[in-house]
Amino acid sequence: MSEKTQTLIAIDPRRARKDAALIRRPRSTGGDKVVGTISHVILAIWSIIVILPLLWTLFSSFKSTGEIFDSPFALPASWDLTNYVNAWTKYNFGQMFLNTVIVVGVALVLVMLLGAMCAYVLARFSVPGSRVIYYLMLAGLTFPVFLAIVPLFFILQGIGLLGTLPGLIITYVAFALPFTVFFLYSFFRSLPYEIQEAAYVDGASEWRTFFQVMLPMAKPGLAAVGILNFLGLWNQFLLPVALNPNASQYVLSQGMAAFASAAGYEVDQGALFAAVIITIVPVLIVYIFFQRQLQGSVSQGTSR
Amino acid sequence: MTAAPGLDAALDTAAVTTAGAGRRKPLRLGRRRLTFDYVSFLLVFLVVPVAIFLIFVISPFVQAVYYSMTNWTGFSAEMDFVGLKNFVRLFTDTTFLQAMGNNIVLAIFVPLITLSIALIFASMITVGGPSTGQVRGLAGSSFYRVVSFFPYVIPAIVIGILWALIYSPEGLLNGILEMVGLDPNGFAWLGDERTAMGASIFVIVWGMVGFYMVLFIAAIKGIPSEIYEAARIDGAGRYRTSISITLPLIRDNVQTAVIYIGILALDAFVYMAALNSTGGPGNTTLVMSQYLYRTAFEKSQFGLASAMGVVLAVVTLVFAAIVFLINRLTGGRDDEGRL
Repeated sequence: MSEKTQTLIAIDPRRARKDAALIRRPRSTGGDKVVGTISHVILAIWSIIVILPLLWTLFSSFKSTGEIFDSPFALPASWDLTNYVNAWTKYNFGQMFLNTVIVVGVALVLVMLLGAMCAYVLARFSVPGSRVIYYLMLAGLTFPVFLAIVPLFFILQGIGLLGTLPGLIITYVAFALPFTVFFLYSFFRSLPYEIQEAAYVDGASEWRTFFQVMLPMAKPGLAAVGILNFLGLWNQFLLPVALNPNASQYVLSQGMAAFASAAGYEVDQGALFAAVIITIVPVLIVYIFFQRQLQGSVSQGTSR
Repeated sequence: MTAAPGLDAALDTAAVTTAGAGRRKPLRLGRRRLTFDYVSFLLVFLVVPVAIFLIFVISPFVQAVYYSMTNWTGFSAEMDFVGLKNFVRLFTDTTFLQAMGNNIVLAIFVPLITLSIALIFASMITVGGPSTGQVRGLAGSSFYRVVSFFPYVIPAIVIGILWALIYSPEGLLNGILEMVGLDPNGFAWLGDERTAMGASIFVIVWGMVGFYMVLFIAAIKGIPSEIYEAARIDGAGRYRTSISITLPLIRDNVQTAVIYIGILALDAFVYMAALNSTGGPGNTTLVMSQYLYRTAFEKSQFGLASAMGVVLAVVTLVFAAIVFLINRLTGGRDDEGRL
């Protein structure tokens, strides 16, 4: 290290480090280059393994079934939307898309609202039994859904909601609740108490304090958990497949499985690929727009 | 239905978020008077969500444990209490034991492979850059991060269907093999006992690597770079740095990740059902959840199916306990020694 940098360190470490970096430009050694190249090659191969199947799906969704079996690599003969039209109308994916939007949309709003309310009370009020609720939520998060699936079937049957969209919505809400509460619990804990007190002093009711003061402050946490919940609910498979047996009420994920397995090789492959694309597009859009927040919330939600 | 007391503290870590270090006691805002405002607030804010949760999540869990000791078939109201007969029956059912074995194989290999790849990639991306100057990752690494993470957002059922198509005799994989000069001769990757399980494991790995990579990247970025610089000055190479610095310092994140992906591998229903809905050649890819589903909704043996659910839950808890135990036995001392 030169004389100059040493003095700088004594004066202002941060600036000194910057200057030092300028003076000692990182030179890549031979070994670095080899390691760097190998790393890039490995990561690039993995990226190809990820991208290739998706590109193949996209191309295949424009091909006729004959073309698909012909060669996996050929570009489609024409970029017409026959497969998409077939999937959307003939094979009923339009209806399923609508069902999915309704179920996921309503369940998402409800679980965010109920989850935020519950987390708020648990985090900021000393209510008797809140410790028990906390541990029950933990159990709900840890135990496999499969353990619950049989009794759940009969509970829904008992109240007449089996095979209906409201029945599906309420189960979605119930099973997404523990995750939402845990996530928001820590968030509400971290908010300053002074503001809540100030709201009371100003004469706000409990309701008003929550909706106009506390909830807006929790926006970043709500956004993070909202994105994760959207993906989780959109991708939900077991609950609909077990609890929603009527074909007219199908959501996309189960409709897709039914369509793929219904006729084996007789299946309209082109339409199947188109249906895959139809299912992926909403999550793709969410991914593109919220990529940063999503990766942020993944690490935020799991590394505490 | 809470876990064994010893596990509680441990599960706390596994839970998605806990209150963070040092739980502050909620501020006691004076002794609350039971005004209409406060009572209606508590009623709606606490009772409604908790009621939904108890009715649709907790009560089914409890009922399942009871049903598991009956011979209920669902269509008649009558059921006989048969004690542990269902469990005896399960542990003499070779198909169920095979399914459990497959689950255990999944629970060992899926976390091992996925997390190893994720850790290697995460290290490359965060600290794999030049060995002089500031500790940096590879150039252009955000591209890899964005691409690898994408499969995580694709519905698992779609991933399964997609790969079933790729593995099919006329699918993409055989097409690629043909292109590079090999002759797969219409090999059915999912239809052969030797490859079905391996191919299925790869699908789960494909879907999950990106997620855990992002998780580990965040964890590694949380390590102060001074530690890496110090290691470098002491002459530690890349390999040494990863093993002796990175891994011990993100030990807790690895533990959480193992538990998450282990629970996923012990379920695995979606992937396995999409890849081989019948359990694969010779039941080589049949998992407990598939068998449970079949027993319940195709054969209507709800008592037996509930018993399978209980076994699945116990296996899950045992898995978590083993992971905590291994971490405790190999780790506690190291952590204190190094920091």
